[in-house]
Amino acid sequence: MTTPPGPQADGNPPAEAGGDAAAADQRPENLPERLGAQRLAAPVVRTGMFGAHGSPDTSGYGGLRVHKPLAPSTARPYGGYFDAVADALEAALTGGGIAPGEAIERVVVEHGEVTFFVRREHLSSVAGHFLHDPALRFEIFSGVSGVHYPDEAGRELSAVYHLASITHNRRVRLEVRAPDADPHIPSVTATYPAANWHERETWDFFGIVFDGHPALTRIEMPDDWLGHPQRKDYPLGGIPVEYRGTKVPPPDERRSYYS
Amino acid sequence: MSTTHVTGAATEADETTGRVYDVAGEDWDSVILGDEDRTTAEQIVVNMGPQHPSTHGVLRLILTLEGETVADARASIGYLHTGIEKSMEYRTWTQGTTFITRADYLMPLYNEIAYCMSVERLLGVEDKIPERATLIRVLLLELNRISSHLGGLGPFGMELGATTIFLQGLRMRENILDLFELITGLRMNHAFIRPGGVAQDVTPGHLEAIRDFLKKAPKWVKDLRTLIDANPVFIARTKGIAYLDLQGCMALGVTGPMLRATGLPWDLRKSQPCLGYETFDFEVPTTDTCDAYGRYLVRVEEINQSLRIVAQAVDRLAARDSVKDDPWLIQDAKIGWPARLSLGPDGMGPSPEHIAHIMGQSMEGLIHHFKLVTEGFRVPAGQAYVPIESPKGEIGCHVVSDGGTRPYRAHLRDPSFHHMQAVAVLCEGGNLADVIPAIASIDPVIGGVDR
Repeated sequence: MTTPPGPQADGNPPAEAGGDAAAADQRPENLPERLGAQRLAAPVVRTGMFGAHGSPDTSGYGGLRVHKPLAPSTARPYGGYFDAVADALEAALTGGGIAPGEAIERVVVEHGEVTFFVRREHLSSVAGHFLHDPALRFEIFSGVSGVHYPDEAGRELSAVYHLASITHNRRVRLEVRAPDADPHIPSVTATYPAANWHERETWDFFGIVFDGHPALTRIEMPDDWLGHPQRKDYPLGGIPVEYRGTKVPPPDERRSYYS
Repeated sequence: MSTTHVTGAATEADETTGRVYDVAGEDWDSVILGDEDRTTAEQIVVNMGPQHPSTHGVLRLILTLEGETVADARASIGYLHTGIEKSMEYRTWTQGTTFITRADYLMPLYNEIAYCMSVERLLGVEDKIPERATLIRVLLLELNRISSHLGGLGPFGMELGATTIFLQGLRMRENILDLFELITGLRMNHAFIRPGGVAQDVTPGHLEAIRDFLKKAPKWVKDLRTLIDANPVFIARTKGIAYLDLQGCMALGVTGPMLRATGLPWDLRKSQPCLGYETFDFEVPTTDTCDAYGRYLVRVEEINQSLRIVAQAVDRLAARDSVKDDPWLIQDAKIGWPARLSLGPDGMGPSPEHIAHIMGQSMEGLIHHFKLVTEGFRVPAGQAYVPIESPKGEIGCHVVSDGGTRPYRAHLRDPSFHHMQAVAVLCEGGNLADVIPAIASIDPVIGGVDR
């Protein structure tokens, strides 16, 4: 792959691999005792492990949920071109009178991809810098992808933006969070016109309101549809199917081995 | 449901403003005859669709016409939405391929590879995918690129009224679908590329069939070009039509043949290569006409380039025939399925030797097989997006895992969805008749647009 290997931010030991990974093993944050300490310190909560709750399945595995902590912020250096992008972004933000730490919540580098967590108040200016700053110049807007994290109180809704730069042959990802109680994120259509349909889709499926969008209407679901189907609290729906004399329940009611 | 948001639907007043003509087959003249209030300066809103024009899928265009000129063009989509992304959240990671392959049904293997490469990145096994699996993937992907372009070009001709172009294009595509059927068992919706490799090996017999196809294919492409390239009707309908220059492509984030028809050789196979594309010998064709004709030229030349890649992949696979036990699925018992498939009395299934082994000799083997197939493997928490160059432009799957056995979220970034936003730019100010080649030059497939 062309993307550079970054330090493992999720606390897992790095996968065994060839030359690059061997070099990565030598970095201080990847020393075994530090990784072990990280893993022990990370609070992992398991619920629903034993006993039957709302299901005839008594094996104990019906509702097992493992709640993992957020991916922590990655420390510098990020590796590859990620540092150059972060430097240029910080310089551009400082030049625009915004403290980088105020606009950028944290930076996560994992699997050779970089994610900038942007505070929603500053998304418009950050997107503007990503397009217009000569050192950034991310011309291609690839899309918005919504994700719903009902377990993360106060930051349940996530909009993920994929940007690509033809000038520098780079890629970054922006992630913006909003609470369920106030599902507003500023629209980036003024900077990236291509965001238009993607934001409509994210509104349609997750109920994220993109303020400043020229016509935020449903795009995939019918106009009079109620609810936002990709949210985790929206049921999949379905009916039991009879197959060879036995009833198979719909997929979201089957016994699951979740987590 | 804890939160419900209601969007504003059209009110009765919105629906009944202005005169409404219901046209069902009769002449327009007879419909407006006797309507004295109507003036020639009036704008007419025409609903084109929702219908299924040739291969694109169910699309509805809302066109505002001033005489023959399109003043306003809006695409309305969603008629083919099937909730593929939602359904994937309730199936295992391996079953996800079976769903996502049905998105853009003219390039099913690209949907699969986009998803599988993101899953493999999350698993951290990108460098453990066997060489043979990668070669099989490239081979099938390039065949799929040809069949997708033919599935775009043939019906393009038919939409302009040329049945012969349609038949010539579909004949060649049919031969590729036959190859797919031979190798994967299905003509479309293969679910052949799996996280970790591919489902089945490619045998010397398959390679022979592909070589046979490669002998005939160049002549078919030549025939197609003889039929289209200098065809006065085709040129009149496509040259200078649906103009979108580099600046427009940048603003709209357009990639693929539409971008390369503006003269920018941006192809992810060259600029951000994966699957070993950097080791294959091929060129990125471009034109600088920025119109529907240029996009046709780019596509037809890409067919030739893909034939070159297929020939190289076939040779490399044939050269690996001497490698003993060459795997096509990851050699990791936690991810790769334990059994090879073989044909039994009730269809394709695990091989009889494997069944004899797990039923008669190894309880652990039986448990392992059962757990891996029913529960599936776990993918470390995180998110990944691996873009690749599909026949229609950048395709990628944003995959989010919470560490479980099912995708927490899988979002297919489909190029057709993205490019349908360009309909207004391509059509407005042009003639009504030019809407058809404009849409065809985007080569959208609504299965991918709506997912």
